[in-house]
Amino acid sequence: MTDLMTEKRLDTQSLLDRIETLETRLAEVEDQIPSDRVTIVVFSGELDRVLASLVIGTGALAMGLEVSYFFTFWGITTLKDNKTLGGKTLFEKMMTLMTPAGTKGMGVSRMNFFGIGAQMLRSMMVENNVESVESMFQMVKDMGATMYSCTMSQDVMGIETTELIDGTIDAGAATMIADAIDSKFTLFI
Amino acid sequence: MTTITYDETLDARGLMCPMPLVKARQALKGMQVDQVLRIIATDKGSNKDFQGWARTAKDIELLSQSEEMEADKKLFLHFVRKVK
Repeated sequence: MTDLMTEKRLDTQSLLDRIETLETRLAEVEDQIPSDRVTIVVFSGELDRVLASLVIGTGALAMGLEVSYFFTFWGITTLKDNKTLGGKTLFEKMMTLMTPAGTKGMGVSRMNFFGIGAQMLRSMMVENNVESVESMFQMVKDMGATMYSCTMSQDVMGIETTELIDGTIDAGAATMIADAIDSKFTLFI
Repeated sequence: MTTITYDETLDARGLMCPMPLVKARQALKGMQVDQVLRIIATDKGSNKDFQGWARTAKDIELLSQSEEMEADKKLFLHFVRKVK
């Protein structure tokens, strides 16, 4: 009789231990599950590619996902709202003059023909009642997307933070990677 | 065919991807839990889009989808319930 009692108590104890171990392991696994987040790296500075990144971003935000935008290299053009030349080197000035500020002056990645292609795409979008790139960009900001700008690209291309829209967060690769790990999927456009 | 009762209607006719979703999300924001939103869309991709949204999101439920003709245009109706 006593033997049986001891055996039972032992059994309960080992079960409790096992539950505790499982709870710890479950917490560890839960920590590794990505959030309801999408990370979009925008490397390109062409109207059509930026449009694609914005359509996916607004779609994800509408579906209730969080969105992190990481603008790098030509993509930073999207974030620019003015051009500053003061205090820049010759190459930086050239770069500033030859790249548009914002999406308005962007060309398309194919059949641009010095901007005629971009104008054509824009009027075709209006005809088909598709939101403009500018209003979609405003939308992703209003819906709470996080806007990171790659500081390394900014330095290389001579882009000052004062040339970028308010709310842009200076960041680097580690920020993008941390968000990507915490995302359901990541795109590089 | 069973008719679905709904509380509000969103006219998304003429809107292209992703605007029907964006407008639907905005409309749902102002609604109570358990209320149903009817969305009238013309975007032929919206059927799959609303299914995808419902599959991903925990805060909405897609009750039903149907199609209607309006003159020569096909309308896509979506009934979405706010779950939380």
